Amino acid sequence: MSQTITVNGDLLEWTEGMSVSDVLALKKYTFKMLVVKIDGQLIKKAIWPETVIPAGATVQVIHLMSGG
Amino acid sequence: MQSELFERNVPGMTEKLQAATVGIAGCGGLGSNIAVALVRAGVGRLIISDFDVIEASNLNRQHYFQKDIGRFKVEALTDHLLAINPEVKIIAHNLKLDSENTPKLYSHVDIMVEAFDKAESKQWLIETWLSVYPDICIVCGNGLSGVGDTASLKLRRLDNLVICGDGLTEMTEGLCSARVAIAANMEAHAVIGLLMGLEEL
Repeated sequence: MSQTITVNGDLLEWTEGMSVSDVLALKKYTFKMLVVKIDGQLIKKAIWPETVIPAGATVQVIHLMSGG
Repeated sequence: MQSELFERNVPGMTEKLQAATVGIAGCGGLGSNIAVALVRAGVGRLIISDFDVIEASNLNRQHYFQKDIGRFKVEALTDHLLAINPEVKIIAHNLKLDSENTPKLYSHVDIMVEAFDKAESKQWLIETWLSVYPDICIVCGNGLSGVGDTASLKLRRLDNLVICGDGLTEMTEGLCSARVAIAANMEAHAVIGLLMGLEEL
């Protein structure tokens, strides 16, 4: 049976070694200004390529918009 | 004087807010309106920062006046806040915040508030804050431009990260006083709820 992760509420098939950058590419989140949390913990942009997502994780991606 | 000022507050609110220190990063459309709301509500101590001077184009949404044009935002805002409550403590930093100085300048806050305009700045502040102070909540504004669609302005809580706004609109659409103020007051309202220990913000 395949394992999944949840990305902004949507289920996504999980694969071994899948990184934050991989997930953003799969979800086509090409927006420059993003904040990523895995199971509640913030993951800095600098380490997205090497941060591996565990099976069953809840990933939250926030798109940041200018204005204030 | 103080007690009279907060006579109409929600019961139980004044004592908690008076004992609190809130940090605000940025004193523009979000920050100036957030600071005013928090001082009116009774927050005892604010730490504010900005490096900008007030221009005429700020007056369509920021809490400044004609006579303030040309003044530093932190200086004018401090005066306006003290004019509401002379006993509030305002610690004002007239400088540009970065990932190095922010954790030091805001090391004693109960809650941090992001009130920048640029998305890049919002990102480094959220990343820096939650890396250095993962247990101190940061409240952010995200998507408050344009006009209309009031119902899309929402509060989203991700543990210690609270996000207020529509998450969609960009400042290139233009900024409307009322819509910016809704987002600013949504942030201020979230801070008040957090300080009161409410489960539902």
